Amino acid sequence: MPKIKLPTKSPHIDMTPMVDLFSVVLTFLMLTTTMTKNEPATVVTPSSISEKPTPDFNTMTLLLSSDDKVYINFDNGNDTLLKFRPKILTEMGKRYNLEFTATELREFEKFPSSIGVPILKMKDFLDTRDQKIRKALETGIPIDSTDNQLADWIFCTRSVNPGVEACIKGDQKTTFELVQKILDIMADKNVFKFNLITSLEGAKINLAEIQK
Amino acid sequence: MAEIIQEEKAGGKRKAKKHAPHIDMTPMVDLMCLLITFFMLTTAFAKAKVMNINLPEKIKDQKTEPPKIVASRTLNIILGPNNKIYYYPGVIKAEDYNNLPPLAEADFSANSNGIRQLLLERNRTLFRKIDEFKKESLKAKTIAPPDSIAKSISKLKTDDDTGPIVLIKAYKKANYGNFVDILDEMSICGIARYTFVPIAWYDEKMVETAAGIASTVTTPVKK
Repeated sequence: MPKIKLPTKSPHIDMTPMVDLFSVVLTFLMLTTTMTKNEPATVVTPSSISEKPTPDFNTMTLLLSSDDKVYINFDNGNDTLLKFRPKILTEMGKRYNLEFTATELREFEKFPSSIGVPILKMKDFLDTRDQKIRKALETGIPIDSTDNQLADWIFCTRSVNPGVEACIKGDQKTTFELVQKILDIMADKNVFKFNLITSLEGAKINLAEIQK
Repeated sequence: MAEIIQEEKAGGKRKAKKHAPHIDMTPMVDLMCLLITFFMLTTAFAKAKVMNINLPEKIKDQKTEPPKIVASRTLNIILGPNNKIYYYPGVIKAEDYNNLPPLAEADFSANSNGIRQLLLERNRTLFRKIDEFKKESLKAKTIAPPDSIAKSISKLKTDDDTGPIVLIKAYKKANYGNFVDILDEMSICGIARYTFVPIAWYDEKMVETAAGIASTVTTPVKK
């Protein structure tokens, strides 16, 4: 009887095709990625049929959360040398007699998401690294007529970057009272053109039904 | 290197190599898996879209009169509470302030009670024109660039003088989603002229009557 040869080694799986595939997927993801920004408030944007993409630069985004807080965000401009964000903050500091240090300005420049901190607390917010303290400081930008910091932010942004476009990112459940206030403040500052940020949805129109 | 030295110590026996050296790829695969997972979770694939809206300028100078529009073509849409829409045609005259007309009700659905039916009905001529134009441009042998199609459609819209002029107003209990939805309906139905205006006190009163909410509106004193 012939001897049955037993395999001495455990079977070896050739992982090369898998690695190849992984490399391709990884390269694709790395090249196409635009990081999702971690916003301070979760916002479910309403859907629309609009197909216009959000502008990348020269935007001023107002984030209206479902619990009626206002957050604001700007971009640094299409050239990193422009440094719009620290300029806006300096301008804003001048109005409220606040002097921001170079590190604070740098921190503000790099800050990735929207900010909803009253300007007087901004120094504390930028100095700390503790996420819990930061979270506690984000009480939304005041928009009362006595302390209308949002109007000042809009004014400073427009004076630093005249070509800025206003974007509104609201939650579906944001009350209209707040939206109306924002629109009024914007109109006071001569901003009449808005981009409402929405997510895409398909719409069907039945033409035969209409023609009946 | 280490292995080679060890082998030499063992007696200098050299094994004839039968196979090509096998590299253990498991750690590399592990790392790649991690990276792929990370990128997949952080990537935002669908970029958010935007919808443009132009608001009428605020009249700061008391002398300038607001532009006049034809009452017969005007359609007032009021966003009410609980995702309801109320509408009335025309304008409410000063003598009717004590005897406000009832409001018609609609919702955001696409069925017979939806606002879309009403808008399409009123905007039929323009909507057909736009639709025919789109069909023709699809049939055409030369493909027109999308810019020129958009331009022609906006020309059709500005030339139109049959469609309604829609004034959108919002009651304070409405939400932002309703606002975006109604603007969306405007673009779906190809309404040429629409704008968002602040709500008047009589509009609020009518909505409160229609929705059965206790009135919070104070009637302004006549000057």
